This record gives sequence, C-alpha cells and structure tokens, in this order.
Amino acid sequence: MLEQIEGSAAVARTVARCRPEVVAAYPISPQTHIVEGLSDLVRTGELEPCEYMMVESEFAAMSACIGASAAGARAYTATASQGLLYMAEALFNASGLGFPIVMTLANRAIGAPINIWNDHSDSMSQRDSGWIQLYAETNQEAVDLHLQAFKLAERVSLPVMVCMDGFILTHAYEEVDLPAQEQVDEFLPTYEPRQVLDPAEPVTIGAMVGPEAFSEVKYLMHAKQMQALDEIPSIASEFSDRFGRDSGGLVRPYRTDDAETIVVALGSVLGTIEDVVDELRAGGARIGALGVKCFRPYPLDEVREALGGAERVVVIEKAFAVGAGGIVGQNVRLALSGLPPRVHDVVAGLGGRPITRQSLLGLFDDVLADRLEPRQLHFLDLNRELVERELERMQKGRRPGPHAENILRDLGVVAAGSH
Amino acid sequence: MFQVRIHGRGGQGVVTAAELLSVAAFVEGRHAQAFPTFGSERTGAPVVSFCRIDDEAIRAREPIAEPDALIVQDPTLLHQVDLFAGLDADGYILINSGRSFDELELGELREGRRRERLLTVPATEFAREHLGRPVPNAALLGGFAALSGLISIDSVAKAIRERFAGRVGEGNVAAARAAFGYVRAEIGEPARA
Amino acid sequence: MPEQQVKFFQTGSFAVGNRLLDPEQRSVQARMERSNSLTCGHRACQGCGEALGARFALDAAMRATDGNLIAANATGCLEVFSTPYPESSWQLPWIHSLFGNAPAVASGVAAALRAKGRTDVRVVGQAGDGGTVDIGFACLSGMFERGDDVLFICYDNEAYMNTGVQRSAATPPAARTANTKPLGDQPGNVFGQGKNVPLIALAHELPYVATATVAELRDLEAKVERAMDFHGPRYIHIFVPCPLGWGSASRDTVRIARLVKETGLFPVFEAEHGEVVGVSKIRRRVPVEEYLKLQRRYAHLFRPRRRDDVIARLQAIADRNVERFGLLTDPDQAAAMPGEATDLAGLEAGADEPPERAAEETNLMRLLSETHGSPR
Repeated sequence: MLEQIEGSAAVARTVARCRPEVVAAYPISPQTHIVEGLSDLVRTGELEPCEYMMVESEFAAMSACIGASAAGARAYTATASQGLLYMAEALFNASGLGFPIVMTLANRAIGAPINIWNDHSDSMSQRDSGWIQLYAETNQEAVDLHLQAFKLAERVSLPVMVCMDGFILTHAYEEVDLPAQEQVDEFLPTYEPRQVLDPAEPVTIGAMVGPEAFSEVKYLMHAKQMQALDEIPSIASEFSDRFGRDSGGLVRPYRTDDAETIVVALGSVLGTIEDVVDELRAGGARIGALGVKCFRPYPLDEVREALGGAERVVVIEKAFAVGAGGIVGQNVRLALSGLPPRVHDVVAGLGGRPITRQSLLGLFDDVLADRLEPRQLHFLDLNRELVERELERMQKGRRPGPHAENILRDLGVVAAGSH
Repeated sequence: MFQVRIHGRGGQGVVTAAELLSVAAFVEGRHAQAFPTFGSERTGAPVVSFCRIDDEAIRAREPIAEPDALIVQDPTLLHQVDLFAGLDADGYILINSGRSFDELELGELREGRRRERLLTVPATEFAREHLGRPVPNAALLGGFAALSGLISIDSVAKAIRERFAGRVGEGNVAAARAAFGYVRAEIGEPARA
Repeated sequence: MPEQQVKFFQTGSFAVGNRLLDPEQRSVQARMERSNSLTCGHRACQGCGEALGARFALDAAMRATDGNLIAANATGCLEVFSTPYPESSWQLPWIHSLFGNAPAVASGVAAALRAKGRTDVRVVGQAGDGGTVDIGFACLSGMFERGDDVLFICYDNEAYMNTGVQRSAATPPAARTANTKPLGDQPGNVFGQGKNVPLIALAHELPYVATATVAELRDLEAKVERAMDFHGPRYIHIFVPCPLGWGSASRDTVRIARLVKETGLFPVFEAEHGEVVGVSKIRRRVPVEEYLKLQRRYAHLFRPRRRDDVIARLQAIADRNVERFGLLTDPDQAAAMPGEATDLAGLEAGADEPPERAAEETNLMRLLSETHGSPR
C-alpha cells in the first residue's frame, strides 16, 4: 500500500513483516527511528513472536544475532558508522560461520573527526568482511531490498547488509509502497537453518580450523559470494514478478546505451545524477549513469559490460582509501582492465556535504572538456584554500593544534548551524 | 517542481512541518519529498527542513538551494542567518510574526518581489489559542496553503490528523484553519502556485 | 576378638563417587547415564582444573535439564583444547563465537529459544576469567541487566592462559604472569582493587550467584543444579588451578583448590537475589603461605629471600574475606592455624607425598562433620 512515510519507518514496518524472531537493538544516529519503530511493533504485538533485545553495544547486538541465528531464529539488527566498527569482529565471525543475518546500515561517516552525516566510509570499511552489501537508491528500494536480503541471506547462508544513506534516506519522507504481510509471506518462506544448535542433534559450531583446512573454508565464503552473483538477479527478478517493480539486482544502467560518458555511483546520489543526466542529454550530451546496487559480491562482468563501450567513466564515490585512491574507482578500473574507457575517480559527499546539481554540472563540464586528470583522485568541492592554510600551519609553529578545530575556526563556522 | 524551505529552531516542529506538507501533497495525489538538515538534537538550535512537491517522481536529493517558497517559523533567525539565499523574485515568504515586513526591518526585501507573496502571520498566537502550546508549524502550513494555493487547507487538515490523534490533532487543525482564514483575509484568493 | 580400627576416609563427606551415599546424593559423574558433555580426547594439560570443572558443571547442567542444553563458549583454553580441528569433545550443542561476546551470544540463543516457544531448552554461557572479567565484562553485565535466561559460568584460572599466561583483572596480587614478572620493586602483579565479579553479580541482584572450587566437586554440581532451578541470569564463578600457568604440580590441582578456600583467599558462597544465603565454612584454617608455596607463580615471595611484607598483605586479604563472609564456624579458629606440613621440596614436580599427610587427612575428615557448614 502506498504511503507517504519516513524512510526509517518504512524499513521498520517492512522488516517486521519479514518476521524476524530476534531483533537486537542498539541505537546510533541515524538509525534510531528504525529500532524505535521495531520496538513499538513488538510491544503492540504487531510483530510476534519476536524477542526484542536492548543490548549494551553494537558488539553485543551482532553477537546476540549470531547466537540467535545459530539457534535457528531469523535475526536482524541495524547500525551505522562507529557502531559498525564496534561490531567489526563480530561481522567477520557472522560471515565466517555463515549465519544469514540481515542488517540495515544507515550509512554514516566514520570519525575522527566525529560526524553524524552521510557518506559511505562505514560500509566501505567493511567491504571485505564477507558480508553481502546492497545499496538502496530510494526508500522504496530500501524497503524492497530488505525482503530480498532475507531471502538471499538464507539461500546462500551469508549475512547481508542493506545500505541506505543516513538522513538522506532514513529521515526523508517520501512515498513508499509497503508490501502487505501476505505478499511478504509468499515471497519469503520460513527460515530453514542449514546449521542449528539443537539438543536433539548436537553440533559444534565455531571450532578452530588450522592450516590444513582454513583456506578451503575461506574459499567457500568466496564461492558463496560468487554464487550470490547469480542469486541476486534471480531474486530481483522474482521480486519484480511478484511486486511489479524493479528493485535491487546487481547494477542498473540509466541511459547508457549510446553514452560516451557514464557516471557510476552507489546509493541515493543516483537520483540527483539521473536528473543531471537528463538535463545534459537535453543539451545534446551523450551521457548516462550506472547505479551499482550490489557492491559485494562485486559484479565485475556486469560493470564491464555496462561501461565497456564508453569513452570515459566518472566514478563518484562517498568514501576513499586513504593514501591509496578511490575504492569503487579501483573496482571499476579492475572491471575495465584492457578496455579503452578512461576512468576518473571523484570523491564527493564526505561527511554529509551535499552533492548538488550545480557541482555535478561543473564536474561533468570539466570531464567532458578533459580538464580532469584521470590518474589523480579528485575531490569535488574541496576548499583548497582551507587545506593549504592548515598544511602551512603544520609546518610552522611548535604546537599547531588539532586540524579539525583549526579548519573550523578558519571557516568561521558557528556551532549552532551555518544556514 | 515546487520547492519549499522551512527555517526555525529545534523544538518548533520545523521537521514535522515539512513532513506534513509532503503528506498534504501526497493526499492530493502528487509526489512529495521532505527531509531535514541535522545538527545534534537540541532545542533552540537553528533547523532547516525541505519539501519538494512535483507531479513527477522526485529524484533529487540535495538540500534546496533555490526555494520557491520560504517559511520562517522563528523571526529571531531573521537577522542572524541568511534565510533568503536562493529565493527568486517570484518566491513566497511566510514569516511567523504579528509584525509586518517593515516592522521586522525587512522592507528592502520586498523590492522587486510580488507583494502578495510576502506575508507575516501570527502563527504562534493561533497555536496558543487553538492548541494551548506555542508550536506554530501547523498554523504556518494553513497560512501557507492560503498564501500559495499549493495545497488545500483540507489536505493540510488531513495530514495533521494522520499524524496527531485526538485533541492535539484537532487543536492543530483549528490553528491551521485560523491562519488560513487570516491569510485569505489579507490577500484574497491566490493564483494557484 | 581383636579390634580392627577401620578408617573411612569418605563417610559423611561429599567426596566424588561416594558409593556409601544415597544414590540420589551421588555425584553426576558416578552415574552410568552421565552425559559426558565434555568427553574424553580433548587436549587439556594434565591436571587442568578447567577441564575438571567444565566436565562436572556441564554434566550437572545436562542432568538438571534432561539434556536440553545449549552452550556458548568464549575463546580461551577450554574452547581451544576441546575443539582441536577436526575433532570436538562436545556432546551437546555448542557454539564458539568470539572472545568477548559469550554472554551476548548466549543471550541471543536464549532469545531465539524463547521466540520459538522452546522453553524446555536452557542455555549456558561459559568463559575463562579473561572472557568474563575483562573483555567479556560489558556483555556479561548487559546480560545480567536484561534479565536474560542464561547460566553463565566463569572458569577462573586467574590469567590469560591460552595466550601464554598474561595477567587479567582476575590475577591476584603478587602473582607472577608473563607480563607481571617479579622484576623491579613490585614483584609480580600489583596490589590493585581487583575486580570481584561474584560481588558485582550480587550487586546485579541476580536470582542466583555462587562461587565454587574444583576441590569440592559435589558442591559444584549441586550449585549448578540449584542454578537451573531458577530462570533469569545466573552466575557461577569456579576457581580452577592451572598447573602450567601457576607452576604447580599437576597432581596438586585439587589440593590447591582446597587450600585457596581453607586459607580464606577464595570465599565459597551461594547467594540468591543479591543476598548471601550460604557459605562454605573453612574446615581447618591454613595460613596463606601453605597455599602460595605450591605454586611457582609465587616462588619469588620465598626465594631468593622471603618477602614477608607481601605475604602479610596477602594474609590480610584472606583475613578480610574470613571476616567479611563469616568463613569460620568458630572465630577462635582464626587464632590457631595448624599448618599443613609442606616444604619447598613439594614445589618440585614428582616429589613424594610427605608421610604426615595420611594422619592429617584423618584429622581433616573428623573435623568435617563438626565444622562443615554447607547445607548439602
């Protein structure tokens, strides 16, 4: 049913309809409305049977999910940023043991400096944790991906994180078609665990594995993620048949057929990018966009196919590998190795800095005019003057002080908001 | 597409205002998107929220830099923050105040703009009267409905009732209608935005 | 007819495997139908107190739950020696996740069982002192506070044994570990505040808290079974000597556990809902030195020169426990403290039992019926 609803609320209601049996909740901005929503649904009995555990940390949240999943329950949690890092050890544990836990990640920047706004540094920091990573462009897609995530996780026995941009999606009110309980039940069967702690048939889970077998066990994780490359489109297709709309999948091209320039991005920024593509197309530019919906496993073939015919590719990403370059950019270059397109890595939107139509127009203008050096990592809207000044300060003076405070002072930002 | 930017301080329902506006548009079968900027949650800090309304699906995600309308819930922000950035000559301004534009020292702002689109409305007073609390957002939405014709007052009422039950809902609706009536009396019926 | 005096060492005691006891009162280990949850073949050291304690505790829990038990185990010695790939000695459903999350994992298991209406299946969480007192502490306290239906057992061998005997918050003052060596002015571990998790568990007002040692195994079993009478979070802290880490003879494990109680250094008690309801009295008080001498981790208190200052401080700790917990039936016992006849030779592995031991054990047994305060 179509509703004008907050993203978090939509996710909470949808997750509830997926019938999780254990929800572990620890609050962190900007995910709080999701766990609050689920608490209400459990209390009113709308979601039952479900144990709602108010754990003492994110580490405990993921650990409780591990225990619950091991005991055969469908388990769910949500987090962001620092919380994801705090459960990092448990993330690897969950994927290593093959538990089909689903988690919403409300993408938020990782500190220091502390920052509560959106970027992808959190999910990117855990891209190798063995978790499947799906990225939602809209709140509708966020809702749809949760359904697909539970099904996918339980099919391949791997945990899945559904990434949705913090604040930008979680706190946005927009129309969402919420799937009805019957529809969900038809799409998502009861969880049949592949391994379960059961006194009737005792098993040992989590034993040490030495050099004799570790490689094989790890390889299996990789093999399962590779298998997911087939499952994801299959499930998306099944979803489309049942619900009548396209959501998820591996990649989604937008006007790329004859495009000379293709912009690659993940998450909500694709909306703004699509608007700009339309604007430029109207002006005669042959430009398109490619949304990467599934980042792990990495859809190498699909990316290669979508981008292979372009002259240039502009990757816009909300995170980067410090000291090394782009992350999505690296993966795109890998997909395109041996093929002609020039790849530009652009980092934008860090710590919640808005990616505006204006900036994108300027960027694409530079790209099309070949003003952007392809081998350099480019930071969109970077205030170079601020940076130069701080670098200069570092050289002089005995005790230049913390970077962040110096830069903020230079900027003259009043703590109470700068609008 | 019509873009509304709402300014106020934490605790005045700025975020809710944008959400309710989006629901009102949704009720009328249009597409709408509402979202806030965020600081840490604390009362009194300047807050901005945004609402886009369109007949097509809305894809843009950036904050509204070029609003078609501004709603200012707290006049103490007027000379502290640049509230009017990006507003074009045809833009609407609705300010929560019992004083006039001139009295608020905004006379200059009116130059080159359409006078019937710039208004103050004593929304906090309406709220106090009908709701018993000085939360002006619902009243401002009612006033805005009258000012812009963007959404109907009935849609605003529906959106309010969906969010707030019982007496609180009714109080907010009453405040909205009162402000609607006030603005109507000031400028007559507007051309639909 | 000439009289033959027969000395029964075990009559009236609760020593393990006592065939003279009523069958219902016999140890779980004495029964044919014991579950052997931790079965043989594990790789624990000879004389491992933790293996001993775990075997007794889990089989008791299995008996109390009719075999409907799931265990969540933290990383540590127990986890490592019990699951040497590709083997496992566990005969119950068992999961090892991480070092610091055993209480949270156990909570998750309990939540799942509850969601599924499987109220018949119970959960045990277990860890060494590291996984309970240090890295697992936040999760432990969280589990306590939420009221999750988990029995958590800490096998306390007073250091991070699995990784090579490093100090934990449970390491007693003056003890040598790999990073609290007897170098510098302060030999061994510092005299800090310590972290008394049983008392912290008491402060959490749990339905049931108990301490136990592997010297009184029947008592340990009884406590585990008693714990299973309750629902909600329960905590049992078991003192388990580690011959390798402590530098003690592998045959002295039970003896050392007995001594830690008889000195007063480790109060053995039971508590329900935040109140102590029972204390295992000291049968025959012993000065701390008798306990310390059996462990090379305290050797620096005796060689090259005696550190009477340090020993006195340890004695003071014992004295405080005795008073605080009322560990003596007869307060005058505090004054007279007959020493167990040991000497430094006893520290060497393979030394023979001193001949005086047999007579003393008889004395010990005689005193049992007079002074044993445990309600079992």
